[in-house]
Amino acid sequence: MSQPILVVDHVQMLFFDLAEGPFEALEDATFEVMPNEFVCLIGPSGCGKSTLLRILGGLLQPTGGRVWFNGAPLEGPQEHIGFVFQHANLMPWRTALANVMLPLEIQGVPRAEAERRADEMLHLVGLGAYTEMLPRDLSGGMRQRVALARALIYDPDVLLLDEPFGALDALTRERMSWELLNLWQARQKTVLMVTHDIQEAILLSDRVLTMSRRPGRVEHEVVIDLPRPRTVDSLYTTRFIELTHTLRDSLR
Amino acid sequence: MLFWQQLGGLFFMQTTECIEQHPSIAAGREVEQLAPQRLAPQRFSFGRLVRRLPWQRLLVPLVLLGALLLWELVVYVGNYPAFFLPGPRRVAQRFLVVLRSGALLSHALVTVSEVLGGLVLGLSVAFVLGYLLAKSRTLERILSPYIVASQAVPIVALAPLLVVWFGAGMFSKVLVCALTLFFPVLINTIVGIRSVDAELKELMVSLRASRWQAFRYLELPAALPVLFGGLKVGVTLSVIGAVVGEFVGADRGLGFLVNLARGLFDTPLMFVALFTLMAIALTLYLLVSGLERWVLHWRWPQE
Repeated sequence: MSQPILVVDHVQMLFFDLAEGPFEALEDATFEVMPNEFVCLIGPSGCGKSTLLRILGGLLQPTGGRVWFNGAPLEGPQEHIGFVFQHANLMPWRTALANVMLPLEIQGVPRAEAERRADEMLHLVGLGAYTEMLPRDLSGGMRQRVALARALIYDPDVLLLDEPFGALDALTRERMSWELLNLWQARQKTVLMVTHDIQEAILLSDRVLTMSRRPGRVEHEVVIDLPRPRTVDSLYTTRFIELTHTLRDSLR
Repeated sequence: MLFWQQLGGLFFMQTTECIEQHPSIAAGREVEQLAPQRLAPQRFSFGRLVRRLPWQRLLVPLVLLGALLLWELVVYVGNYPAFFLPGPRRVAQRFLVVLRSGALLSHALVTVSEVLGGLVLGLSVAFVLGYLLAKSRTLERILSPYIVASQAVPIVALAPLLVVWFGAGMFSKVLVCALTLFFPVLINTIVGIRSVDAELKELMVSLRASRWQAFRYLELPAALPVLFGGLKVGVTLSVIGAVVGEFVGADRGLGFLVNLARGLFDTPLMFVALFTLMAIALTLYLLVSGLERWVLHWRWPQE
């Protein structure tokens, strides 16, 4: 049995608001993520899912508990953890290619090599023909794909996705889910994704963690034992419907 | 001709934008109800405007010509003496005289150097200080009361002191220019840096960018649109600053020329100096907005 890549040990987050005093965004989050596992984090809005993900991304320091990454305590942002935000979060003055190149530029990778790798990555997410387009000329789904390519370009072991398709329309959202599934199957990465869509969570993940209302706790764990590779047909199996029910109940 | 096109583009930008964005003006009511969204996202494009309304290109020179005629008419009807209100032809004659003698050019050159010196000094201090104030709440709390209080002192009142301290030469004027444009540019810089998207800042943190990288890749390009706004205000204010400085104590420059002409009752010369100042401010403004369109090309739709 291999070691878990991420260990979240009684993580707690208190925010201090000058007007309202301290409030607890996250009461207790305890779970583990194995390498190459796809885990979804689901819960009502305001339950601290995004806070938890920001802690894992090293963007926030927890006020209690610890996070272990690859056996070492997590302190600050890691090179091996990629973060995809809810909104594509692209720089409007950079072309798709230049946006994807950004992490490499910051790492000091030579320009020619950065360009080549960014071009490759955009082809992988199906945007090979749009490398020179500015974000304003891309659709919402395309922008999110650029954001995904930007997170994948430095080949992180863990990908943290904060409701990456939350701002997209239902059809685009579903298509993006399939693409993400394909990418994950091809690249073998550990993915931790925050969502509030039960179907999306079941379709994609190996395991779904559910969170309670604020202050958030990681309450239940539902193992998704649907066979892989999953297809559209997986959506219409009895097991899928059973799992939907289980999850819906545990979210109550 | 290019100059006039640019000028027309700048001055008509707002009005035509209104027309293009308002569907009830741009099209009939039926169209408004059927497809308002097709009209709404159109942004201003000078090229499109020229194609649609070819006579617009001539509007600026025509209005200018009309204004000159009106001016001439007022002088003719009122029969004013030249020291009170000279006609445009009189001013043009005076212009040619001082242009040929080289006096106008040498005075203008002095003023332009002061303006540019003031720009370099004022902008660099305002940008650097603005960046620091935007980044550090502590520094802002310490410094901002003094900066705001300093703005209560009119530059006009401060200029004589600067001339006493730094002499009647060019440096005191450069200082006046710099002080005039400092505050608006400072405020613009603070707003620009503060308005950088919070999620993009988080992205830079998650990519483990250094402070310099965050500045270079995010803060500078993100703040540029606002910085250019400050720059546009700055260039015109710098011209005002130069004239203020020259009024107080100088033996050269266009502000000095205005003062000199006033003493000689040579009102046509005053007009010449005033128009030259206008031309300087206008040229600087156009240069900045040309630079802006070139640097911030991503904000304008492709032609």
